Amino acid sequence: MPKPNTHTISVLVANKPGVLVRIALVFARRGYNIDSLVVSPTVNPKFSRMTITAQGDPQTLEQIIKNAAKLVDVIHCGEHDVAHSIEKELALFKIKASPTAKAFVNKHSRKYHVKIDDEGENHLILEQTGTTNELDEFEGLIKKYGLVEMVRTGKVLMAKGRELT
Amino acid sequence: MNGAQALIKCLENFGVEYIFGLSGGAAIPIFDALVGSKIKLILVRHEQGATHMADGYARATGKPGVVLVTSGPGATNTVTGILTALMDSVPIIVLCGQTISPMLGKDAFQEADISGISMPIVKHSYLIKETNAIPRIIKEAWHICQTGRPGPVLLDLPKDITSAPFTGTTLDPDMDIPGYKVPGKPSKADILKMADMFKGSKKPLLLVGHGAVIARASEAIKKLAEKLNAPVTNTLLGKGAFPETHLLSLGMLGMHGTAYANKALINCDLILSIGSRWDDRINGNNNEFCINAKKLHIDIDFAEINKIVKPDAWIVGDAKEAVEELIKVVPTLDTKEWLKELAFYRKEFPLKYSNTKGLTAQYVIDCCYKVTQGKAVVTTDVGQHQMWAAQFYLSDRGNDWLSSGGAGTMGFGFPAAIGAQFGRPGDLVVAIVGDGGFQMTMAELATAAVHKLPVKVLIIDNKYLGMVRQWQELFFENRLSGVDLEGNPDFVKLAQSYGIQAFHIHQVDHCFDVMKEAMNYKGGPCVIHAEVIKEDNVFPMVPAGKSAHHMIIEAPTETMEKPTGST
Ligand SMILES: Cc1cc2nc3c(=O)[nH]c(=O)nc-3n(C[C@H](O)[C@H](O)[C@H](O)COP(=O)(O)OP(=O)(O)OC[C@H]3O[C@@H](n4cnc5c(N)ncnc54)[C@H](O)[C@@H]3O)c2cc1C
Ligand SMILES: Cc1ncc(C[n+]2csc(CCOP(=O)(O)OP(=O)(O)O)c2C)c(N)n1
Ligand SMILES: [Mg+2]
Repeated sequence: MPKPNTHTISVLVANKPGVLVRIALVFARRGYNIDSLVVSPTVNPKFSRMTITAQGDPQTLEQIIKNAAKLVDVIHCGEHDVAHSIEKELALFKIKASPTAKAFVNKHSRKYHVKIDDEGENHLILEQTGTTNELDEFEGLIKKYGLVEMVRTGKVLMAKGRELT
Repeated sequence: MNGAQALIKCLENFGVEYIFGLSGGAAIPIFDALVGSKIKLILVRHEQGATHMADGYARATGKPGVVLVTSGPGATNTVTGILTALMDSVPIIVLCGQTISPMLGKDAFQEADISGISMPIVKHSYLIKETNAIPRIIKEAWHICQTGRPGPVLLDLPKDITSAPFTGTTLDPDMDIPGYKVPGKPSKADILKMADMFKGSKKPLLLVGHGAVIARASEAIKKLAEKLNAPVTNTLLGKGAFPETHLLSLGMLGMHGTAYANKALINCDLILSIGSRWDDRINGNNNEFCINAKKLHIDIDFAEINKIVKPDAWIVGDAKEAVEELIKVVPTLDTKEWLKELAFYRKEFPLKYSNTKGLTAQYVIDCCYKVTQGKAVVTTDVGQHQMWAAQFYLSDRGNDWLSSGGAGTMGFGFPAAIGAQFGRPGDLVVAIVGDGGFQMTMAELATAAVHKLPVKVLIIDNKYLGMVRQWQELFFENRLSGVDLEGNPDFVKLAQSYGIQAFHIHQVDHCFDVMKEAMNYKGGPCVIHAEVIKEDNVFPMVPAGKSAHHMIIEAPTETMEKPTGST
């Protein structure tokens, strides 16, 4: 289940020094917790895309979005909902290698879009792509096989259809 | 030409007249470029003073003020002034020298990450890494600081960048700020929607704020008020946006506003804010704020809409443009009963004071108002004297009232007056300051003396940090803590030691005459030291965190609960 009051905000920014700090300050000021923040290039090399997942009440978010949009280096800032966008995240899981673990992964690899990236003597590294929910769910399942560490990229998102993100 | 010379040339081309500053190693190339420049350098005694001078210059003229300081402590000394300008939407540009770029982040001598330190309190800032980018960046800064909602812009200028040769082709390149949007003409639909709200209103109230001053919307607001027959109240920073001597003016509202303005706030059935941000000094408790009134909001900053008050209709855009359109489509209203009701409050609860216990600050300020016929450019510091000045020095023109409202920065008043006087050499400029705040920036007496500026400094000396003492008396059982200003200097002798003329007022009966003499003094700056009764309080008062319903008009007889609102 997604955490209540979780929001995904997409910010198109000019590639200027300090822009990340400026955005982070807008969120921090109003006590908004950033869960993940992904910065990535766009088709236009002058701009970057930030996809931010954060928690808090919608009214505060309205204020945050307006304040972020006001920043000189921000081209566009808006919230997106699941219904009108595609959202994905990638995770790497390191688990203890064992026949049962491997059998489990193979059994669920299709459903959860998981593959084994590295097979060491003692450890397996799994890669999963999916929605944040799918990643959370698989993490829950894999825990009992000895989850040693986990790295997640944070959510990225794209608006569906003609609308630009 | 090097980077610094390119920078100064660009500023000259913008028409900059003055730069307020104080030099140091990292800024020497820029100071060097000022030798022989058309721009006059005003050497200050503390960088905070420079920022308030630039701020005062900007508020009094509407043109950006420019500050130039060195790196490290020079730069950090500007922080208070930058905050002051940000909170009140004032266009200033702060140029900071910086260590050479290869040393950035290596704890170089006098290195301070001023871009980082100032990030939450600027409209925008730049750390310049390339000499040839200087003309574009200063052009952007000049544009950004004064368009849309104005604010401070900071430039962090490493010394190697300002020293290196400028090899660009033009000093007037294109700007590159695709993310910066200034609201355009207000939308027709929004105007019509707002105009519709006025239909049937019997008790309308116009609230004019600093945005109306910035937009120079006075004429338009006057026409609107007269067409609607609507009374007008103003915020502390909106003084002058609508003449306070106009029959429809109720003066300032809020924590220390007039009783009748606050009564109007409680009883109105419609309130239109024109360039005010519904600050907590006028809206201590949003749950009780104008509950029965339609709320309308005009502001150039979309982030202000719905921030504090949820409006029934709003317009995002320039106050002047919006009001001019609105006038054409609003109905005329019958407000006779409403104006009668307010006239009653005005008669019943006037602003008042009495000199029976000795000389009061109110009387001193009233004398100043009368002697100058309300025509002076007035700056204030922060505290009781500020509120009394707001109450008794009525303002009839925008840009004539300069006060630190949002930050409430003690030490603002005197340097702001110096900046205002530079910007408006032909006008009478009076700084009304407290004995506490004046001591924070009084080093600028030297600056005023050197330039023989005809500024008047009226020191309201109650020998206390009076505003705090008032709170301690009213809300903390008069347990005074850290408010006694024992050790004050002799302000007359202090002024004289700078070669500045000084006047002394300590009695009711000579106050007016001395004030007259001082205001007519033509030989440069002068200080008027007014010793007033020590323990007076500002009323009316709405306790912080409370709605205007809880206004107390006169000194309370019982102890009051501690306020819950912001400070
Ligand atoms: C000791 C003390 C006591 C105080 N007591 C009171 C009090 O009793 N009453 C009171 O009113 N204040 C009081 N203040 C001041 C108060 O804190 C605020 O600073 C003040 O109320 C803000 O006024 P404002 O909203 O008009 O101006 P600002 O804070 O400057 O806001 C201006 C608004 O106008 C908008 N704007 C800017 N340009 C334009 C444009 N071209 N067109 C349209 N909109 C524009 C801005 O976006 C902003 O929203 C007090 C301050 C101190 C220090
Ligand atoms: C820099 C700064 N420090 C502290 C304060 C808190 N403060 C607000 S009013 C005030 C008292 C000001 O005293 P004075 O300048 O003598 O003016 P008075 O209230 O006595 O008229 C103080 C300390 C402030 N506003 N600014
Ligand atoms: Mg005092």
